[in-house]
Amino acid sequence: MKDKFTIKDLNFWYGEKQALKHINLAMQDRKVTALIGPSGCGKTTFLRCLNRMHDLYPGNRYHGEILLDGRNILDKGLDLIKLRSKVGMVFQKPTPFPMSIYENIAFGLKLMGVKSKGEVSGRVEKALKDSALWDEIRDRLHEPALSLSGGQQQRLCIARAVAVEPDVILMDEPCSALDPVATAKIEDLMTELKQNYTVVIVTHNMQQAARVSEYTGFFMLGEVVEFDTTEKIFTAPSNKLTEDYITGRFG
Amino acid sequence: MTREAYHRAIKELEGDLEQMAAMADVAIKGAMEALVARDLEKSRQIVRNDIEVNKKRFEIEEKCIRLIATQQPMAVDLRIIAAIINIITDLERIGDHAEGIAKISVEPLVKPLVDMPRMAEKATSMLERCMKAFIERDIETARNICNEDDEVDAYYDKIYGELVHLMIEKPTLIKEATYLIWAAHNIERIADRVTNIAERVVYMVTGKMEEMNVSKY
Repeated sequence: MKDKFTIKDLNFWYGEKQALKHINLAMQDRKVTALIGPSGCGKTTFLRCLNRMHDLYPGNRYHGEILLDGRNILDKGLDLIKLRSKVGMVFQKPTPFPMSIYENIAFGLKLMGVKSKGEVSGRVEKALKDSALWDEIRDRLHEPALSLSGGQQQRLCIARAVAVEPDVILMDEPCSALDPVATAKIEDLMTELKQNYTVVIVTHNMQQAARVSEYTGFFMLGEVVEFDTTEKIFTAPSNKLTEDYITGRFG
Repeated sequence: MTREAYHRAIKELEGDLEQMAAMADVAIKGAMEALVARDLEKSRQIVRNDIEVNKKRFEIEEKCIRLIATQQPMAVDLRIIAAIINIITDLERIGDHAEGIAKISVEPLVKPLVDMPRMAEKATSMLERCMKAFIERDIETARNICNEDDEVDAYYDKIYGELVHLMIEKPTLIKEATYLIWAAHNIERIADRVTNIAERVVYMVTGKMEEMNVSKY
C-alpha cells in the first residue's frame, strides 16, 4: 500500500498558541482516513495543514514535514494554488458560488486554464456523475446552485473539488449540516470516491467514521493519541483514552 | 458527552447475566441432588425452572439488541454486549443440560453415584468462578478455567468406563446404565460450555478471539 501523505513530527502554531504537537502518521492512497476527537483537539487544524489553508491568515507557523507523494508541501516556494488543486477541500456547510450549477464547476476549470468549451462541459458532466448528482440535476444545469437542496449543494461542492482532478479530497464535517438521507448519499459517495482519490474526513459523528473509513486517528489536545485501522479503533482500541472517548466516558 | 444512562444500562445487563448464571448453577446442583436421591418432585421443579432460564435469556437478548439499536455501542461496550449475547446462549444450553440430568432421575439407579456428584461439583465451581472472572475482568482465571476442563473430561472417561464394564457384566442393566452415561455426558457438556464463556471473558477484556479449549469429545 502506498502512502499518499506522510506526516513527520508536525507542529503547528496559531500565533503563540501551539495547536498541533509532534504529529506522526501516514495516510494511504485511495483509502478513507477519518479524524476524530473532542472539540478543540486539533483535528480540523490538522486537516487544514494538508492543503496549507492556514496560510490564508498571518501569524500561523508550521514545523516538521508533510510529505505528499514524497514531497514536503511545507517547502518554501511551493505553488499553493497548485497544491490546493491537488488537495481539494469540502467544508462543513455547503459553499456553492452564487452562480449556476454548471458555472460552479466550470469556474475552477477555467481558472486552471481549460479553455475549450467541449472539454469544460465534458468535465462538468464527469464531475457531476462522479459526485452522484448528474441524474438529479442534468436538466437543471443552468439554474442557480443555491436552488439545490442542502445535500445536493454539498455534492455540488464535492463535484467542484473533483472537477479539477485532485489526488486528495479533504472533508471537514461534510454532513453535519445535512439530514440523514443526504448524509447517507454523501457516505455512499465517499466509498465511490476512494476508488480514485484519497479521502481524509474530520467528523464528530463516530458512527460515520466507523462506517466510511479504513483508518481512524484519534486526536486530543493537539496530539494523535491513537492511529489504527478503523476496525481496531472501534472494537478494541489500544489506548484507554481512545476507549473512554469513543464509549462516551468523557468528552 | 458522558453517557450515564447508557452505561447504567450496560451495568444492569451484567447484573441480569449474573442472575441467569445463578439460575443455571442452581439448576445443575438441583438436578444432581434429584439424580442422587431419585427425588421426582425436585426433578419436576428443575424442568419447570428451565422455562424461567429460557425466558431470562430472551429478556437479556432483547435488552442487548435494544442497546445496539439505540446506543450504537463501541469498543469495550460493544465487546461486553457481544460477549453477553454469546454467554446467554451457553447458559441457556447449560440449563437444558441440567434439565436433561433431572429427567434421568426417574430411572432406578444401577449403582451408588460417587464420581458423578464430584464431576458436577467441579463443573459448577468452574461456572461460578468463570462468572466471577467476567465481573472482575479477570482473564487469568478465565484461562485457567479452560485448563480445568480436562479434569471434568477425566471424570467422564472414568464413569463411562465403569458403566460400560457394568453393562458387559449385567446386560439387563444396559438401559439404566446408558441413562447414567447420558447424565455424565450432560455434565461434561456443561463444563465445555463454561470454557466457551471463559473464551468470551478473554475476548471482552482483550478484544481477541481465542480458542482455549479443544474438546476431545
